[in-house]
Amino acid sequence: MTLQTNLQHLTSEADVKKLIEENENVMICCGRMGPMCVPVYDIMEDLEKSGKYDNVKFADMLFDHPEAAIIRNAPECRGFMGLPFTMYYKNGKIVKATSSIQNLDQIIDILDSEFGK
Amino acid sequence: METKIYDSIIIGAGPAGLTAGIYLSRAKQTVLIIDSGMAGGQIALTHEVANYPGFESISGYMLSMTMKKQAEKFGCEIKTNTKIKDYNIAGEIKEICINNGDCFKAKTIILATGGKSRKIGAKGEDTFAGRGISYCATCDGDFFQDREIIVVGGGNSALEEAVSLTKYASKVTIVHQFKEWQGFQRAIDEMEANPKIDYILESKIIEFIGDQSLEKVIIENQKTKERFEKKIDGVFIFIGYVPNTEKIEGLVELNKWKEIIVNNNYETNISGVFAAGDSIVKRYRQITTAVADGTNAALNVIEYLNK
Repeated sequence: MTLQTNLQHLTSEADVKKLIEENENVMICCGRMGPMCVPVYDIMEDLEKSGKYDNVKFADMLFDHPEAAIIRNAPECRGFMGLPFTMYYKNGKIVKATSSIQNLDQIIDILDSEFGK
Repeated sequence: METKIYDSIIIGAGPAGLTAGIYLSRAKQTVLIIDSGMAGGQIALTHEVANYPGFESISGYMLSMTMKKQAEKFGCEIKTNTKIKDYNIAGEIKEICINNGDCFKAKTIILATGGKSRKIGAKGEDTFAGRGISYCATCDGDFFQDREIIVVGGGNSALEEAVSLTKYASKVTIVHQFKEWQGFQRAIDEMEANPKIDYILESKIIEFIGDQSLEKVIIENQKTKERFEKKIDGVFIFIGYVPNTEKIEGLVELNKWKEIIVNNNYETNISGVFAAGDSIVKRYRQITTAVADGTNAALNVIEYLNK
């Protein structure tokens, strides 16, 4: 069960933990192939391709995967009621989480402020 | 090194822009399409398209990707998630500069900038987006299982989505600013027949209140100005679209609703600058009408280039 994107797919809680332990800066978008999620994957793919954010690892995870509970149930996602849930991790800790669609400017703002350029 | 001059730069990769790109590139014109978001525009944000001829039912995303592939196959260059910094479109050769400093020249421009969901503009709307406020029933409906929600709007989208949201919500209240519905009678009848739906007319939400997520709204009657508080779990907003023309305001002529004014040839008041799709002055905004606009604009651009 994975999403149809060109991003790295995470399919277990262990995958998420490994990625955030092994990388300083990580952005994970947890959603479905729906209208509010697809634009976020698209931005992540373009940012990854651009090479301007080589300091960030980009990945996705299917929201309905049972092991996506690690994201769905994160305290930072309390009150979230819109897909996708987008998580930003620094040194293994969540530093920012957003709910629902985000545009390029909003994502770049977070990447730059949380992870530096 | 000599700078490449495109035959046309298309601003916007929605159905109008991609269709114009397909027609122009098939006619061997050099085309660059630039979009600040992903290809597809509003249709990429549509869960299911069931009224586009040739497809009984297709996801908006798939339709967008197919149009994009088609345009690329004929030779269009497409830059998505690319912000435009400067428009220099008054002269014979037009120039578009993007945020990274790169500039592109062209003999013609097609503005196919599309539209975006209209917001209410009430206090707290941005704060609670994704935390109780949604603009997509199919995406977020299941977060509101057995909860009480409001749908804002009185057109077909609002009425139809209110009915579809009753699959999840225990109760749906429609809040509409006018006395009359704007939707078709079929949609009104279906809404009226649903026992889970009630409505408040001539009223607007003026504030969203909550802590981690939305908890209540303040509603104001437009006639009496009387206000009351309503506890609510979620609000879905379907109040139409606004054209994406803020960046070109002052460069081409717009009407009072900020829509681009074009002549019968889809040309704006600036020679060589054409426009198509949801951002132009027109009555019906559908994928099919955007595609038709894109076709017309492209064919007129070809005629202009051949002069």
